[in-house]
Amino acid sequence: MGVFKMPSLGADMDDGKLIEWLVAPGDTVTRGDVVAVVETQKGAIEIEIFEDGVVERIDAALGGTFPVGAPLAVIRGAGAPQDVAASPQPAPAPKVKPAPPIPAPPSVAAKSGDFRASPAARARAAELGIDLSNVSGTGPEAAIVLADVDRAAPGSRKPAKQGLDLDAMRTAIAAAMTRSKHEIPHYYLEHEIDLQTADDWLRARNADRPPEGRILMGTLFVKAMALAAAKVTGMNGQYVDGVFQSSQTVNAGVAVALRGGGLIAPALMDAAALPLDQVMAAMRDLVKRARTGRLKGSEMTDGTITLSSLGETGVDGMTAVIYPPQVAIVAFGTPRPVPRVVDGAVLARLCAHVTLAADHRVSDGRRGAKFLKEIDTLLQSPEDL
Amino acid sequence: MTQDELRTAFLEELTSVAPDIAAEDVGGNDHLQDDLELDSMDVLNLVTALHERLGVDIPEADYTRIETLDKAVAYLAERLG
Repeated sequence: MGVFKMPSLGADMDDGKLIEWLVAPGDTVTRGDVVAVVETQKGAIEIEIFEDGVVERIDAALGGTFPVGAPLAVIRGAGAPQDVAASPQPAPAPKVKPAPPIPAPPSVAAKSGDFRASPAARARAAELGIDLSNVSGTGPEAAIVLADVDRAAPGSRKPAKQGLDLDAMRTAIAAAMTRSKHEIPHYYLEHEIDLQTADDWLRARNADRPPEGRILMGTLFVKAMALAAAKVTGMNGQYVDGVFQSSQTVNAGVAVALRGGGLIAPALMDAAALPLDQVMAAMRDLVKRARTGRLKGSEMTDGTITLSSLGETGVDGMTAVIYPPQVAIVAFGTPRPVPRVVDGAVLARLCAHVTLAADHRVSDGRRGAKFLKEIDTLLQSPEDL
Repeated sequence: MTQDELRTAFLEELTSVAPDIAAEDVGGNDHLQDDLELDSMDVLNLVTALHERLGVDIPEADYTRIETLDKAVAYLAERLG
């Protein structure tokens, strides 16, 4: 018997609004099935289940907002006897309407910083210059959550656009990047990579194929980064509770910029093991779902390294900010033809500035350099990717 | 197909690939990448959709010929004509 709880879809998530159940009591579920859809600051996220079994009971009502960890449903494990005498566990009351604000006692308010408040709420309050002693909390035990700070913020918030609230997404980005810059001692390495061979190969390959069979330079970047991350240690994994946990698979976060502002980096699972065509298909799928706001919870949480590409019409390079709890991010600048010395002669070659930002708690410059050089080497033999 | 039908088809596929762009906001000379902020993935998805809908396989070398709505309509008319 397992309790299906509201998952944390990122360090900056306080709660989520349940907008769809895809299962009903009696349904059989398998690990990895999408069972519900939750609305977060990063749009609607499909929530997967992580055990096999049968849905015994649905506890959480649609439309309710539930904090991370709140029980949403009960799952009877495979082979477990039916729970005949269903325990009369009361369903949690959804926070459809915020509870009446509980004024903080003056004695508490006098002590600065002594409020129960979520990290995201504190970050938002600091950013907006809001005194938390003036904010009423609606979270557990009257803790101040992000929505409370936003309500207290001066100025009205713009309405949601196409299912994505870009203001809310900006808040989430701000919280994650502030945490990154607070906690992660970044170091940076830059390398110019000659992409002429890769570009020639790609053009020849795509010329024979209809549009649906073509691949992009960005696909080569993802595959090369994934292979290099699988080979050079200290780049691929997550840093959790003071310990770096290296990952066996490379779940490559692919940064997708949204028109109107906003950025999301869902993970392309096991990218190092996929052939190029499948990497491309997975990228198409991720970008499409990122734009329409239908990503999976695991794609939001299981990334082990991120790639940010500035595209075909951007600028030369970027020093990116690591997405916690990951420990490295690779930024590819816009490829341009530049004069480059090849075998003693100056030739016009298509090149890109590639910048690594990595976590000094886990690796140092020598290892980072090895990683970047490996990406370079792999891109010189695109036919082997 | 008439030029108007091609224009409608192109705009429908464009706004399908980029659902946050409204067809009425697209000017005839707006550049897909510089003005409408399509990235290379969006452009490829648009070319793929046009292939499926109109049967016109646009090679990479011709991408600059569909970089605005007006150019694309002229190019598609030429290819279909």
